Amino acid sequence: MGFKGLDGVHVTRKVIWTVLKYFVLCLGAFASLLPLYSCVVTAFKTPDEYRNTNVMTLPSSWFNFDNFKKAWQQASMGKAFLNSLMILVVVLIGSILFSSMLAYVLNRFKFRGNSFIRNLFLVSSLIPGVAMQVTVYQIMYTLHLINSLPGYMILMMGTDVISIYIFLQFFDNLPVSLDESAILDGCTYFGVYFKILLPLLKPAVVTCMILKGVATYNEYYMASLYLQDKNNLGVVSTALLIFTGPIGSQYNYICAGVVITMIPALIIFIFFQKQIYSGLTSGSVKG
Amino acid sequence: MKKANRTDGRQNALPFWQWARGLRGQQMLVTITFLLVPLLLFFIFTCLPFLKMVQFSFFDMRYIGSRTFVGLDNYKSVFTRSDILSSLKLALYYLGASVIQLGLALLFASVLSFKTRLGSFFKGTLFFPYLVCGIAMGFIFKFFFTHGFVLDTVLTAIGVPHGILPMWLLNTNINNFSLAGSSIWRYTGQNMVLFIGAIMSVDPNLYEAAEIDGANGVNKFFHVILPSIKTIVVLNIILSVSGSISAFEPPYVITGGSFGTATYFVLMDQIAHLDQKVGLASAMAIVLLGIIIVVTVIQRLVFRLFLDEDEKGMTFRERRRSTRRIAVTASSKGGK
Repeated sequence: MGFKGLDGVHVTRKVIWTVLKYFVLCLGAFASLLPLYSCVVTAFKTPDEYRNTNVMTLPSSWFNFDNFKKAWQQASMGKAFLNSLMILVVVLIGSILFSSMLAYVLNRFKFRGNSFIRNLFLVSSLIPGVAMQVTVYQIMYTLHLINSLPGYMILMMGTDVISIYIFLQFFDNLPVSLDESAILDGCTYFGVYFKILLPLLKPAVVTCMILKGVATYNEYYMASLYLQDKNNLGVVSTALLIFTGPIGSQYNYICAGVVITMIPALIIFIFFQKQIYSGLTSGSVKG
Repeated sequence: MKKANRTDGRQNALPFWQWARGLRGQQMLVTITFLLVPLLLFFIFTCLPFLKMVQFSFFDMRYIGSRTFVGLDNYKSVFTRSDILSSLKLALYYLGASVIQLGLALLFASVLSFKTRLGSFFKGTLFFPYLVCGIAMGFIFKFFFTHGFVLDTVLTAIGVPHGILPMWLLNTNINNFSLAGSSIWRYTGQNMVLFIGAIMSVDPNLYEAAEIDGANGVNKFFHVILPSIKTIVVLNIILSVSGSISAFEPPYVITGGSFGTATYFVLMDQIAHLDQKVGLASAMAIVLLGIIIVVTVIQRLVFRLFLDEDEKGMTFRERRRSTRRIAVTASSKGGK
């Protein structure tokens, strides 16, 4: 700011930069929203409108929910949402409990194999999930866990390296003196974890819940492999696959279905933006 | 409960209770109970599949039925089957896309890290595609690229003659560009958020000082922002090599791998779950894992070089921690 602010050349330059900056941002936002926008407007169009109007024009009425009703029924979304909800609740509780317990032990206790376990998790995270499913499928088959909701939940609960690292970092910042004074007061190590540390972990728990929650809600590959019984075990992420069939090109229904599946993610995003961003970045603090 | 145990212990003075009440004993018990379930799950769903993958790669087998040992035949097929080799070539499209994606992410990150009107709106808009469910994204882009629909409408509106518009998903000269483009749409925002995190963690005095010295946007970018976050940028560039070979989602959800768009992983999925050639698919997975490990080692080496240059002040512990963090972020992205 300061002295140069009054200089005419400087001011024009600043204006040009600002214009350029917002132009670039608007272009980015346009590219990002265009595919979503066209989907939303199409979801509100009647079949007639869909056939006769341009895909970019606004619908004649924003209160035409027929497509949504039809998509909801055809993709049995009610059932899908119920299944997804059950999966989310169980998987989130399980995976957060397990990864925070693991992080507690790895962070607080010195024992043989501590760094071995850490490295094992790190290396395992290098294996892409899709590649793993080649043989995980065989194991799930042997254990009779295909087409079983509990089986899918157990699989999804399995170690989540990102949560473990978020918790490890968080424990790093909780002073050990906290544990020690509780121990002196007669608390056990179990008590330290459940009564002292777990309540303090809240911010990390929220971050992990959101990251893992979004990942679980959106998981479609494993869901389509292990929950093949579409009538009873459909989940939101795979519910739309029903539209790949004979009604393939009725995009006004399909777009309505797409919008329905996006709404929960959008709500979570609007309310928990900060946690989502910080959760993603917490893996890469130092530049 | 706890109290009862203690009185019990005092009365009977059993060695086990004494041990379990002591700090060492407690630590041991907590360690065992807390590690039991997570490690069991880890063993069943990560270690065991990996070992089986190595084993299966030497067999000609389906998921059910008999197996024949075929030695290295599966590996030979990976390097000779024409469909697998041509799927590897597709990685180049995605590599190009990740370069563009990283550039865009860097651009948006360096703009949005500083005070901007509607900054969080722009940030959110650019990021949201990352949260859209994969299958939904598939339909969105099938719709987007359909002849005469969204993309064509926009292009016609800005004056491109309708006659020269190609079939974006069917024309084999173009469809991989379309898919790579949708990958940019999906992941740019996520990269941007990572970069913003890195830019924010740089000492803000540096930016202020640059501003007082009269640096403009470009100066600030090349002399302040880029040098201070170059490590994470370089890491992401290296990472995009293995990321682009393992590109999966766009072709899987949009075209299903038809019309010459099957990337390595899409092909592997088909070979495993449709053709049920589990041995060959395992060999493909192992080969890709080898590539990923090589890339990761290179990444570590580069990171160490950069560290020696820039961050001599960091303690060893800090350094190790940050290496880990970056590796974790890296892998979290590599999987997609």
